[in-house]
Amino acid sequence: MAEHVLEVTGLRAGYGPAEVLFGVELHLARGEVAALMGRNGAGKSTTLKAIMGLLPPRAGSIRFAGQEIAGAAAYRIARMGLGYVPEERRIFTDLTVAENLDVGRRAAPAGRAPWTPERLFQIFPNLAEMRHRRGGAMSGGEQQMLTIARTLMGNPEAVLLDEPSEGLAPVIVEQMAEAVLRMKAEGIAVLVSEQNLDFAAAVADRALILEKGSVRWQGSIATLEADEDVRRAYLTV
Amino acid sequence: MEWEFLLVQALSGLASASSLFVIASGLTIVFGVTRIVNFAHGSFYMLGAYVAVTVVPWLLEIERSPWLFFAGVLVSALVVGALGVVMEVLLLRRIYRVPELFQLLATFGVVLIVQDVVLLVWGPVDIPGPRAPGLRHGVEILGQRFPAYELFLIFVGPAVLGLLWLLMHRTRFGVLIRAATQDREMVGALGVNQAMLFTGTLFLGAALAGLGGALQIPRASANGQMDLSIITEAFVVTVIGGMGSVPGAFIAAVLIGLLQAFGVLVFPKITLVLVFLLMAAVLVVKPWGLLGRPEAVAGRAVLPEGILDPGRLDGAGKALAALALAGVLALPLLDAYAVKVGTEVLILALAAFSLNFLVGNGGIVSFGHAAYFGLGAYGAGLLVVRGGVPMEASLLAAPLAGGAFAALFGFFVVRLSGIYLAMLTLAFAQIAYAVVFQWVEVTGGDNGLVGVWPSRWAASREVYHYIVAAVTIAAIIFLRRVIHAPFGATLRAARDSAQRADAIGVDVRMHRWLGFTLAGAAAGLAGGLYAFSKGSIDPTLLGIPMSVDFLAMLLLGGIQSVLGPIAGAAAFHAVKDFFMPLTDHWRLFLGLSIIAMVLVFPRGLAGAWASLRRRPA
Amino acid sequence: MTLLAAEGLTKRFGGVLAAKDVTFALEAGEMLAIIGPNGAGKSTTFNMVGGQLRPDAGRVTLAGQDITGIAPRAVCRLGVGRTFQVAQTFLSFSVLGNVQMALIAHHGQTRRLLADAAAMHRDDALALLDRVGMAAQAARPIGELAYGDVKRVELAIALAAAPRLLLMDEPTAGMAPAERTALMALVAGIARGQGIGVLFTEHDMDAVFAHADRILVLVRGEIIARGTPDQVRADPEVQRVYLGHSGTRAAARAQRAHG
Repeated sequence: MAEHVLEVTGLRAGYGPAEVLFGVELHLARGEVAALMGRNGAGKSTTLKAIMGLLPPRAGSIRFAGQEIAGAAAYRIARMGLGYVPEERRIFTDLTVAENLDVGRRAAPAGRAPWTPERLFQIFPNLAEMRHRRGGAMSGGEQQMLTIARTLMGNPEAVLLDEPSEGLAPVIVEQMAEAVLRMKAEGIAVLVSEQNLDFAAAVADRALILEKGSVRWQGSIATLEADEDVRRAYLTV
Repeated sequence: MEWEFLLVQALSGLASASSLFVIASGLTIVFGVTRIVNFAHGSFYMLGAYVAVTVVPWLLEIERSPWLFFAGVLVSALVVGALGVVMEVLLLRRIYRVPELFQLLATFGVVLIVQDVVLLVWGPVDIPGPRAPGLRHGVEILGQRFPAYELFLIFVGPAVLGLLWLLMHRTRFGVLIRAATQDREMVGALGVNQAMLFTGTLFLGAALAGLGGALQIPRASANGQMDLSIITEAFVVTVIGGMGSVPGAFIAAVLIGLLQAFGVLVFPKITLVLVFLLMAAVLVVKPWGLLGRPEAVAGRAVLPEGILDPGRLDGAGKALAALALAGVLALPLLDAYAVKVGTEVLILALAAFSLNFLVGNGGIVSFGHAAYFGLGAYGAGLLVVRGGVPMEASLLAAPLAGGAFAALFGFFVVRLSGIYLAMLTLAFAQIAYAVVFQWVEVTGGDNGLVGVWPSRWAASREVYHYIVAAVTIAAIIFLRRVIHAPFGATLRAARDSAQRADAIGVDVRMHRWLGFTLAGAAAGLAGGLYAFSKGSIDPTLLGIPMSVDFLAMLLLGGIQSVLGPIAGAAAFHAVKDFFMPLTDHWRLFLGLSIIAMVLVFPRGLAGAWASLRRRPA
Repeated sequence: MTLLAAEGLTKRFGGVLAAKDVTFALEAGEMLAIIGPNGAGKSTTFNMVGGQLRPDAGRVTLAGQDITGIAPRAVCRLGVGRTFQVAQTFLSFSVLGNVQMALIAHHGQTRRLLADAAAMHRDDALALLDRVGMAAQAARPIGELAYGDVKRVELAIALAAAPRLLLMDEPTAGMAPAERTALMALVAGIARGQGIGVLFTEHDMDAVFAHADRILVLVRGEIIARGTPDQVRADPEVQRVYLGHSGTRAAARAQRAHG
């Protein structure tokens, strides 16, 4: 129990009259990378938004670090140590790289070395060269790096990472995978939503497959790669 | 000699620009973060002046020192800032997610409430303020005397700009404001308490408006019309500068200040028209203002707020329509009062229907629809009174006048979208209002014109009622038909996705322009009928409150529905006509009602009817 | 005759060169993919062809007619259908209504004030929906459909203009892998069957290498490689700056799958 940093049970959510999630059950162990997979429209982004408090859950429980967070405001959840990297990057294009990082800045919990711009620039050396560049003048790949760095500035214990490889050139996708592995090496738990099995296999220990708003399969990535029936049932045809 | 005069003229232009900037900067900052165009910003300005004419003389009693004068001005700004906090906590916080039309209406509700509160607290008489100790003299500039206080004001604007720049770039609060201006949800997901940020922003914005108002007291008396006169100017400044951009507001304020100062020399009566030309020219070249940027397009398409499926009338709907028609025709069997109200309801129903043709069907949120209603009324009324033309021909002129001005203004309006479009329609309406108000020789100015009576055969209330019924019902049936026709569908399609409409070969701008013109003509027809029903015309027919009445009818009726606005017009006008004579505080009542409707009843009567029908029997 | 020709297209934004001397040609019935990293100028090139952007220099011709810099709606009337990265449809309309609206526009009937729009072009619209496999859903509001189906309806809307050329900006973006394959197969079938040229941008290497006849690789506004899928995949420069290991693998896999 204690080793689960995030525990979701019976989560329901939707937009207006449309129900999207029908009782999602999942958990994330401390320091673990899990891939939330499934077809488009299966509810991956909606799950992450509901956990983060960006979409009010209609039912169910979400426990983060032992506390109930279902229905809490997004800023409170973020302050408890849950980071969120959105699908569309959403960096602040009018702000410089340094200012973007500053928006994300929060004090680290006691006993942990806080992330600083300098530490982040070691992981993302491209960003160091453009500290004072406006976010809007960066390429898509650089923006994706910045959005992760900005979230790390909040010193999260766990991060929700929404479709980090979508719309990026293959070489950039490889850099994203390295960044996720680096987060894992720092002891941060990551729940990454992903459609690309190659990417999931490169970063995750475990996969969860969402289908029509609930988790239909979970197991190790290796099992998933070996099990063509599951892949065919939920991911491809 | 010529020279010195021009210099002084430029200086007084800069002094006005400075004041205007202080006010507009608050409006633009609040819009940037909250995405709400705050009508009540003008009310904050007015409250700043009223608080200052109360506080400053009291302080000057202690000692006539310039320091106490400015302390009083600052205290006034802070008091108004605190009122901004109250407004954020009580109202704005609840409406950040509702459609922008409803936000505008709700903040206008605050305008109405503040107007009555000011009347209650300070009374109807203008209150002159004290002059600033130490700045009462004139300064000699190249042989011309220039008031020292005006000279001082010139420096206030750049000082506020500099302080705001420091705040925005050198403090975390400022960086967060800039971040929230772009994506407030993301700021929240990064752990920033948006509620605090928004409250802080409203404090800042309202305090700037209050400061602007307090600084005016040596120049002009505090009066109950300050709110709406300044808000239009502030809107124009923020739109020209680009909404959300503080430096843009500064540039725009300077441009307008100078334009007015020199425009007065060339065209003394129509400086407002020059300002409008400037705005139109800027928006044609830069649709998001000088330093503004396009509204971020939402990644995921959302269902538009408005008519979704025009649909057909089912049995119950037909029965209801037949009942309403029978009621209209039977009214003369009741008393004269019922006929009068019934005639007015029919006219207003046509006006509201034509507005929903734009708002609900076309997604074109016009905040100045009364302009076309009023111009129709003046078109017909002037022909009768000044030209001696009979009613029949004059009535033809009403839709022509409404349509012609809608075509002229619409040419610019349809280049914009969303909140910019709403602001531009409002500005055009205010310009039309100002021209009618000021052109006394022709329009009779504030008093308007009387003697707009129907021809003899139509002079009785009952006959005129049937004329109105025939004309308005025919016009509504025609407009409803257009909504179902390819033209109406094209407007809905362009509202749903202008990009897609463009890609299937639709000239979106042209169709919106034609739609705007058609709606203007229909409103003009309603205005013409209204003029003959009252026997007189006056500038209130074009005013903001009239436009807001029309929007309140849509809100009450439901903008998702084709026929809802008719019910909205009936309910709104009946209630207004009944209650207004009973209370001295109609505006307070109306303001609270509008806010209540936005908060608890956003789908209107048609929404209530639809859910009633859906409920299992 | 060449269906679409772009010659020396150049576009600057501020000081940044977004497209430099981009030249290519497209034949009827051919599928040409433009690939490249984000910010390489794919969308810029695309928008210069579609009329959303006016090039600083260069020329676009459609079947010999100069269409450089004319408005998108005019481009459409000359027989160019378009789909968008994020599907653009009329959300308040039914599936059928969307296609009817496109047909009303195609026939130049959008200014009619009295006809009943819901009764116009029903059969033609149903036939178009049938071609993309969506006839059964005709009566549903389009907002209720799964995204993959919305993309199909968008294709039907684009086909309503009886286009000679389809411009598809990232046609499979945001779709599940299975939906991607099905949509691209559908597009390829229609294009080859009716001699419609298709110009598309894409990040999904499976879609590109399985269906494109030829590929252009854009990097920093310039074409660095062009040719058949085989030639492009084997190009070491393309592998280095764009495909990387995983992209190269995906490209090989896609080509194997399609023989």
